[in-house]
Amino acid sequence: MQATHDASHDHHGEHEGHSHGGLKQYLAVLGALLVLTVITVGASYLDFGSANIVIAVLIATIKASLVALFFMHLKDDNPVNAMILVSCFLFLGLLLTFCLLDIDNRLDESPAGKAAMKMQGPPSMGRSQTSTDAAPAPKPGYVDSHGAGAGAGEHGGAAAPAAKH
Amino acid sequence: MSTHAHALDEHAHANHDPNLQHHFHTMQQQFDASKLGMWLFLATEILLFGVLFVGFGLSQARWPEEFKQAHHHLDRVLGAFNTVVLLVSSFTMVMAVHSAANSKRKATINYLVVTILCAVAFLVVKYFEYSHKIHEGLLPGQYFTYLANTDPMAKGNSVFFGFYFMMTGLHGFHILGGVVVLCILLAQTIKGRYSASYYTPVDLVGLYWHIVDLIWIYLFPLLYLIG
Repeated sequence: MQATHDASHDHHGEHEGHSHGGLKQYLAVLGALLVLTVITVGASYLDFGSANIVIAVLIATIKASLVALFFMHLKDDNPVNAMILVSCFLFLGLLLTFCLLDIDNRLDESPAGKAAMKMQGPPSMGRSQTSTDAAPAPKPGYVDSHGAGAGAGEHGGAAAPAAKH
Repeated sequence: MSTHAHALDEHAHANHDPNLQHHFHTMQQQFDASKLGMWLFLATEILLFGVLFVGFGLSQARWPEEFKQAHHHLDRVLGAFNTVVLLVSSFTMVMAVHSAANSKRKATINYLVVTILCAVAFLVVKYFEYSHKIHEGLLPGQYFTYLANTDPMAKGNSVFFGFYFMMTGLHGFHILGGVVVLCILLAQTIKGRYSASYYTPVDLVGLYWHIVDLIWIYLFPLLYLIG
């Protein structure tokens, strides 16, 4: 019985020592999180152009770090747990970076190009120019014109090698 | 002789904490292993929401004006209120873990009750937001009736609300699941199941609750404030 008590006491003491911050520290973290929330809402009313989203994500990341370090105890925890979290964000960053690089290459930045993109989808969809020109209204006949366009494209593709023979 | 037997008995007893499963050597090892497993689960959660965030980012790059227009339908006051509610609930949750780790049963119960109340408040606000948007015809896809089908802005607006309902809906289900688990935790705490020597479930649910909060920390500014 004595041994059990000692063991649990050691365990308890250990956690008091390094794993738990206590009421004051948690309240301070909560205060910081609430202040950052006010800042992020305030910043959204101001127009910094494209910097708005950078500011928002930056503040969100500071808040997320506070939650992870103090509320989730990563500050004093086994570093393996922190590594899991950080590697998640690294891989998401990788995914986002390469996707954004790709969309930068696909999107024609000119307004006309963007308008065309909205109507037709990306050029990789392989629709021939004539079939989309022939399509009268973009919205009601959208599915039909798409089907006809794809069909025409396939026919063209199939016809070309046949003509060669 | 008898003291030796007594010591052995004591030793066996010490190693046989009723909460220690036979495949672990010590309570600390069991605690660390449970925590590692929880973190791996949380990693899958982050990746699950992460791809939605990436999809949102790509669509935002494709329909910037439409997304800006669509996000004005979201009430940032209600969003900010829900943010505060979740942050407070994260605080009460970490205090519940802290109390359980120090064998303060009464305090654990109180903090868990406040956490559950915050979660319910979040869901109630979400319910009003959803019903308002559904009433306005802002459901995505074929149910998007707010703008005429022929309006060139309609597609991008509808995509925005596709992401809005998918992301906040998935997050909402996580809150709902959290409420269920928190209620089980509360019942077990009332029964006196947890103390300083064993409070692993409280700690793990705490981690889950904080990750749900963490996801909302990103959802709120991206959906409500930037669009």
